[in-house]
Amino acid sequence: MIEIKNLSKTYKTADGAVEALKNVDISIPDGDIFGIIGMSGAGKSTLVRCINMLERPTEGTVVIDGTDMVQLDGKALREARRKITMIFQGFNLLMQRTVLKNVCFPMELAGIRGREAVKRATELLEVVGLADKANVYPAQLSGGQQQRVAIARALATSPEVLLCDEATSALDPTTTRSILDLLSEINGKLGITIIVITHQMSVVESVCRHVAILENGTVVEQGEVGEVFSNPKTEAARKLVFPEGDTDPVIARDSEEVFIRVVFNGAKATATPLIAQLAIDKGIAANISYASTRSIGDGSYGSMLLGITGGPENVQTAIDYLQQMPGVIAREVPVNV
Amino acid sequence: MFENAFTSEAWETAVKVFLSEFPLAIWETVYVTVLSTFFAILIGLPLGVLLVAGDKNGVLPLPSWILKTLGVIINLLRSVPFLILMVLVFPITRTIVGTVVGTPATIVPLVIAAFPFIARLTESSLRDVDPNIIEAAQSMGASPLQIITKVMIPESIPSLLSNATIAITTVLGYSAMSGIIGGGGLGKIALNYGYYRYKYLIMIFAVILLILLVQLFQTCGTKLAIRSDKRLKNKLE
Repeated sequence: MIEIKNLSKTYKTADGAVEALKNVDISIPDGDIFGIIGMSGAGKSTLVRCINMLERPTEGTVVIDGTDMVQLDGKALREARRKITMIFQGFNLLMQRTVLKNVCFPMELAGIRGREAVKRATELLEVVGLADKANVYPAQLSGGQQQRVAIARALATSPEVLLCDEATSALDPTTTRSILDLLSEINGKLGITIIVITHQMSVVESVCRHVAILENGTVVEQGEVGEVFSNPKTEAARKLVFPEGDTDPVIARDSEEVFIRVVFNGAKATATPLIAQLAIDKGIAANISYASTRSIGDGSYGSMLLGITGGPENVQTAIDYLQQMPGVIAREVPVNV
Repeated sequence: MFENAFTSEAWETAVKVFLSEFPLAIWETVYVTVLSTFFAILIGLPLGVLLVAGDKNGVLPLPSWILKTLGVIINLLRSVPFLILMVLVFPITRTIVGTVVGTPATIVPLVIAAFPFIARLTESSLRDVDPNIIEAAQSMGASPLQIITKVMIPESIPSLLSNATIAITTVLGYSAMSGIIGGGGLGKIALNYGYYRYKYLIMIFAVILLILLVQLFQTCGTKLAIRSDKRLKNKLE
């Protein structure tokens, strides 16, 4: 259990104090994959560094399994850090050491050397699928492979918590997917609590169970991923869930069409082909001018702009038809949006 | 000035001196240079580490007055011309070597002149280490000493090697000056024959050999630095 209470961090700069974090309260259950999401500058990196005291919080406590990290210093802190390891956006491998020696590194720091360390490192390289790369140097590996090495290295001291600071932000979508799968697998197999810092919705959606949304140094929403994303209460959350915003694109159109805006707010729309059904049941062919929806959990969220021809009755019929679906709101919008 | 430098008589003397005195002179130059650089690294490298690690954002922050004092001493020593420094450190040389003239006696001023330079070179090498890698080591529970010995120094080996090469070639240049206080080597030959006795051809020989030595050290050092750098391996293998 990780309990972050009333955490604040203020930096003193030449232009005065900057509050990077303000009264952050987060609790993370053991074995969870917890996402912390926010735009750049929201304070995510500072927050994650306050967990392992790479940054000292100005105020507040970080209690991990009963130990307040803020109270730790020197040797005690260094030992605690072996149980709370971290991976980074830039991988941060030692470039002058082989892959195997990189994985051995944290063990070397802890005083585990020789055959024992090599054996464990080799096992971990197998876990991350890079057993054949043990003796090459990081510069010879791709980004995804380097991150795998970093993960193996982070697991070397059998941590209880793994902090991922934008760990997939430098990777392409396919590689991101495979790294996220690896993290899920590790979480499942070893029961390690994983904290994922990211600015990408997709990352949180695909691996996290819980999420906290950070904006300007404060947590604006937190809870189960499905709940938070299906019903975003704050502006910050809405911005993350619907990055396109509420403004529709300008559409070239001829004068006859009337436009209906359809908002999906958790509709079980995947089960029904809504627009096709409208055509079959009511004989109204809708022209999809714009659509931006996404599935979260088993609901759909987003909006659509439908062009309807055939006069006001048709429009009213379509609106009535769509409205009767649970979680769908439809209304006519002015032509020149 | 050089009108009589290339007569057949001059060539004859030059070749004679070359064969009789140059082997020893080359050896003296090389051993004074290598030994002085070695001792200078012994002192300068830890000081360079201290300058970086002791910084207020470093891994082992030291009181700022220590760093400031260190910085001032290094700058002071670096600003004294070597010719003057050789004379100024006579008392130290006498304490350590027992005499102030001769080849071994030149090692002391050379070390004193070179270690501040090496401290600065080391500082610049270590400052180039990616701070994110240091942060990663900290996140794994590395102590400041472990970060210095296992991250900062090993990660900057290629850069340290190329800077050591710069240092050794600079010391070689200084060592040639030590002919003034009776230090042996190519510098002494160039001075004695060229400057005092107008045997310019011999001086030119000595200078050419000095150039060749610099080339040799530089080439070997650069090769070593490149070979040691594992970041460059991906395209070669």
